[in-house]
This record gives sequence, C-alpha cells and structure tokens, in this order.
Amino acid sequence: MNLEKVVFAFVVILAATLNLGFVYGGISDPGHHPLWQLFAATVVSLIAAVLKLGDRSHMGALQLASSLVVLLQLIVASLVWFFAGQTATGLPSASALVTIVSLSAGALFANVTSVIIMLIDTTAQRR
Amino acid sequence: MSSVLLITIRRLRAPLILIILIFALSTAGLTLIPGVDDAGRPWHMTTFQAFYFVTYTATTIGFGEIPHAFTDEQRLFATVIIYLSVIGWAYLLAALLNLVQDKGFQQAVTSSRFRRSVAGMGEPFYLVCGLGDSGMAVLRALDRLGYRFTALDKDERKIQELEIQGFSNDAPGLVADARSPETLAAAGLLKSECKGVLSLCDDDETNLAVAISASILRPGLSVIGRADTATTAVSMNSLGTYRVINPFREFGDYLGLAMRAPDTFRLMSWLTSVPGAYLFPSSPTRIPAAPGHWIVCGYGRFGKEVIAAVRQGGFTADVIDPAGARVEGFRSIRGLGTDIDALRNAGAETACGIIAGTDDDTANLAIALTARRLKPDIFVIIRQNQQTSNLLFNRIGANMTMVPSEIVANQCIAALRTPLLAEFLDVVRNKDDLWAYSLSERLRSLVGVEAPRFWSITIGRADASGLLDVAKRLSQPISIGDFTRSPDRHDDRLLCVALMAVREGTTIELPHDEFELALGDQLLFAGRSDAERSQSILLSDASMAAYALEGRQEADSWVWRTIERVLNR
Repeated sequence: MNLEKVVFAFVVILAATLNLGFVYGGISDPGHHPLWQLFAATVVSLIAAVLKLGDRSHMGALQLASSLVVLLQLIVASLVWFFAGQTATGLPSASALVTIVSLSAGALFANVTSVIIMLIDTTAQRR
Repeated sequence: MSSVLLITIRRLRAPLILIILIFALSTAGLTLIPGVDDAGRPWHMTTFQAFYFVTYTATTIGFGEIPHAFTDEQRLFATVIIYLSVIGWAYLLAALLNLVQDKGFQQAVTSSRFRRSVAGMGEPFYLVCGLGDSGMAVLRALDRLGYRFTALDKDERKIQELEIQGFSNDAPGLVADARSPETLAAAGLLKSECKGVLSLCDDDETNLAVAISASILRPGLSVIGRADTATTAVSMNSLGTYRVINPFREFGDYLGLAMRAPDTFRLMSWLTSVPGAYLFPSSPTRIPAAPGHWIVCGYGRFGKEVIAAVRQGGFTADVIDPAGARVEGFRSIRGLGTDIDALRNAGAETACGIIAGTDDDTANLAIALTARRLKPDIFVIIRQNQQTSNLLFNRIGANMTMVPSEIVANQCIAALRTPLLAEFLDVVRNKDDLWAYSLSERLRSLVGVEAPRFWSITIGRADASGLLDVAKRLSQPISIGDFTRSPDRHDDRLLCVALMAVREGTTIELPHDEFELALGDQLLFAGRSDAERSQSILLSDASMAAYALEGRQEADSWVWRTIERVLNR
C-alpha cells in the first residue's frame, strides 16, 4: 500500500461524493442544495487538481483535464450563487438555482470521469 | 510539458495544498461567525465576501473591515487568519527558494535553455565537443568567420568561459558528456543546419564515440576528430571521418616543414592563418639551414615527433631528458634543460638552435633563458602549452613559438573554411621552397598584407547559371583568365589567384590563365573579399558575365539580342 495513492484516491473520490451530495435533490428546491456542500466540493476539487499537476503520463493528462473541467463548472456555479438572483433570505432564486445545480451536475460528470480514469489506471497496474 | 515546469509543480504541491486548506478554513470560519451591520442588526458575511476578505488579508494588501466594521469575535478570527496565511506563504516561498538553489533544478533550467536556443538555430552551425585550448581557439575562429556553433564540455568552468569570451553571436554551451548520443542530439546533431562536428576532447574514447554517433546518425556529415593514438586514428578513418587530427603528429609535421623547407612553412602558416591576421615577409622566422646542431629538451610524445623533424631536416641533435631516454642515432643527456651544465654538455655554445619542448611551460621558459645566456644568438623554438602564459611567451621573444592547440585549431579551420582548401594544403606540404616562395610572393603582391580569403566555386547548372548561359553563345570556351576579369571594367583583373582546379577527381594545382573551364569543374581561389563578390556575380548574372568575358555590353532581353545578332551578321 502506498500512502500517496491512498491520499490521491481519497481526494478524487471525496470530490465526487461532495459534488453528488450537492446536486442530489429537487432541482429548484433551495433546501436540497446547501451552500456548504458546494464550498467543500470546490475546495476538495482544487486540492485534487494540485495533486494531479506534474504527472507526465497520458492518464495524468486526462486526470488533469477532467479536474480543470470540474473547477471551471464549480467556480461558475459559485459565481452564479453570489451574483445572480439572490433573494432577501440570502438564498438564490429558483431560476438561479436551476443553473447552479445543472452546472454542478456537469461538474459531477467530470468528477465521475476522473474516478473512472483512476479505476482504469489502477486495474492496468500490475505491481 | 517541459521538465522545468514539471519539477517546479511537483516540488510546490505540498505548499499549494496547504494554502488552499488555509483559504478554505478561513473563508468558512468568517462566513459562520456572526457580525453586526451599521444599524446593529445581526449579520453574516456571504461566502464570497469572506473569500474576498481572506484574499486581500492573506496577500497583505489589507483593505480593512468591509462591508461593516468587525465585532471582536470576527477580529479574533481575522488574527488567526493572518497568522495562518503568513505560515502558508512563508512555506511556499521557502519551497521556491529551496527549489531554485537545487543543483538538479538549475541543471534542468540550463539544459532546457540550451535546447531552446539550439532548436532556434536557423542558420548553418558547427557542433564542437571539448573546449580545451584548441577547442576555444576553434570557436574564436568560427566566430570571426561568421559561423554559429554549439558547444559541449564536461567541465562547467569551460562552459562558463563561453560567456566571458564575448562572441559576436549567442554561444549555446552545455555541461554534458559528449559520449551520449542524446547529448549530441540535444546539441543539434540531427538538425539539417548542422554542417559539421568537431570533436577535440583530450581523451580518445570520447572523440571516437562522437565520431561513431555522428557517422551513424548523420552519414556523410563532415566530422573532424582529434586522435592522440594511432589505433583511434585508424578507427576514425575507417568510419569515414573527414579529417583526423593528431596534435603530436601535427606539431611534428609543422616543425619538420619549418626545418626542411622554410618557405613552404611560411606559405603554410599564411594559408592557415585566421581571417583578419596579417602577413609579414619576415614572419615566421626562417630556421638556419642545415647542417647544424640542435639541442632538444624533453623526449615524450612531442619529443619523438621533434626528433623525427630534426632528422628530416638533416640536422644533428643532442637530447636532454630528465629520464635519460635513449634515442637512436642521437646522443642523450640525463638532466633538465634548465641547468647550465647539461646545456653546455650538449654543446649549447656551438649549437645553431634549441627546442624547448617539455610539457611544462615554466621549464620551457627557463630553458630558453638559460640557453640565451650561454649563446645570445642561438635560435630558440619554444613550445607553449597553456594559452594563459601568453604574456610571458610574447615577452621572451623566442624565434619561434609553437602552440600545439593553435596548430590543431588552424588545421580544423582550414578544413572547414572552404571545401578544397584542405586538399590544397596537403599539396603544399610536399612542395619545395622555390614553388612556395613564388606562390607566396604572388599572393602577397596581389592581396596585400592582410590574410587572404579563400572560396571555392563549382561550375554547375545550379551555381553557375549566368556563366553557362553566356558560354553557350560564345565561340571559344571560357578560361580561368577570363573568369578573373572584373564585371565592372573589362580590362581590370580581379585580385585573386586560382589555387587549384578539380576535374573528375584529378586535381590541377595552380591552373594557368589559359586553363579552359568545363561543366562540373571545382575551383579554389584565394584573394580579396571583393573579388569573391565579383565572381559570384559573374556566376549568376548573365549580362555581367557577358560583359566581363567579351568586353561589350550585351542586351538583356532576347528580342534585342536577336536584333543585335542580325545586325552583326
């Protein structure tokens, strides 16, 4: 067992699960989409991206690309949260929330890709 | 991705993650801690406002407490943020500084810079391995001739010296072992702009490895290799190396020529002198003619060649050697050349000359001084091993100073300058004094005191289109005499001498003015640079060529030429 691999897999999977947790629920129901989960998903995705930097292999390039997609989607979703349609309670309006959730659903897809690539890479390992 | 970027990112992974964590923690904390707005109502920062505050606080910009003044709880947490972020940045900076000082990282940086500048080399260049004295001299001469180069050496100081030398062009150099083909490829061996490889390292193994790599990777490329032993020279020759240079043999040949035929030697040293040098009728000094007695100090690899040279010149000699080595046919005296007794014993008072040829510069200087004390008008030939002792050697005023590294460099340059020059020098080597004297006087009266330029010309369909065009219309063939006429004034001659012509593998040395040119001929000229320019115009421009050859202005267009022809009929 390699500690580096454990940390890497942990971060990649955690990013995906947090992302899923945020997306899951009724698409326009503010009660189903806590801001903290979006925040945590973004931070963990950032860390995942840094961990993926500097890998020379082809798989490493794919991993980095999927992480960049995740970051792009999540950051745009966060910007929408703060700047589009905030209601008096501080929560986004229903229409803004639809955009936010669909953006982070896209990020979820990229996150899942990342996990799949990691699984393929692991099964290809013979050591 | 380049290896520099990869290394940087890999090393900075930990500090970057720490900073992300600190930012996340600070942002989350600030969002959670309650504050009050201007009206005193409870208020929470949004996550974005918190992130903004953390960003400007962590980067020490500090816009203050916005949008509302903080409560003490918020201030307490802000203090924690400040300390945490300072730790994060300090860690990142320390990691960066560590990285920059890292030997491996520095090597990666210089190596990638080298690769970039080699990749950007868009003009012909030479690859030089080994920057000893001769390697450096070759680089200086290449620079003066206007050629670019890339350099490889194992010694870091030699590569640093490249920058100190102040070449007119960017001089990319890399500290690397030239034996590895990857290194050679990085230095541009595979690029089509690479015109030749010079391997002048002081160990034969490396030179042979370079020659092998070059002959496999770029068959047909000119390779000049230094070979100190005969076995290496044989292997290099069988690889098809363009020119194999043995510094000891080269030195001996030079000295032998100087002793046997002083005028041929003078011509040789003129022909191999670096561009921009001056020609003096008195330089190099003539060695007194045989018979005579010489004293040879030092009997190593150079000494053997020196003895051979002395024998060739028809002189007698005594050898002074610290080991007392036995030399066949000559008397050998044990001792250093620096002690008066040994010199007197060897007959210094009656000798015509002394050769201070040990591998120690200080000893050589001492020998010269001691010999002069015994016989003030003794002819002194001194061997200079290190370029750094130039000042002393210039001051001592020996009759002849021989620098092996310079001889090697001059041979390399002569082989590279123009295709036929090296072949011509081989011809000159075997000529007698009279032949050489008449040629050097002819050269000197034509070209003046500055060292001549050399150029070669091929009468081919591609290179000589203009000349061939005119030749078709002329009744008699073109001779070399015609070809040295000026394209500006028919009666003027260009200031150049045809040194050699090559036709179908046979060489004709010093072809006469009546020598008729044919398709496929190669010619070697020496002369002023404006003559070279004029000849290249003659080759390419048909109307210029017609004027120079016939002495009349010919019409440029076909219509007028036809009219002229009808009128002349």
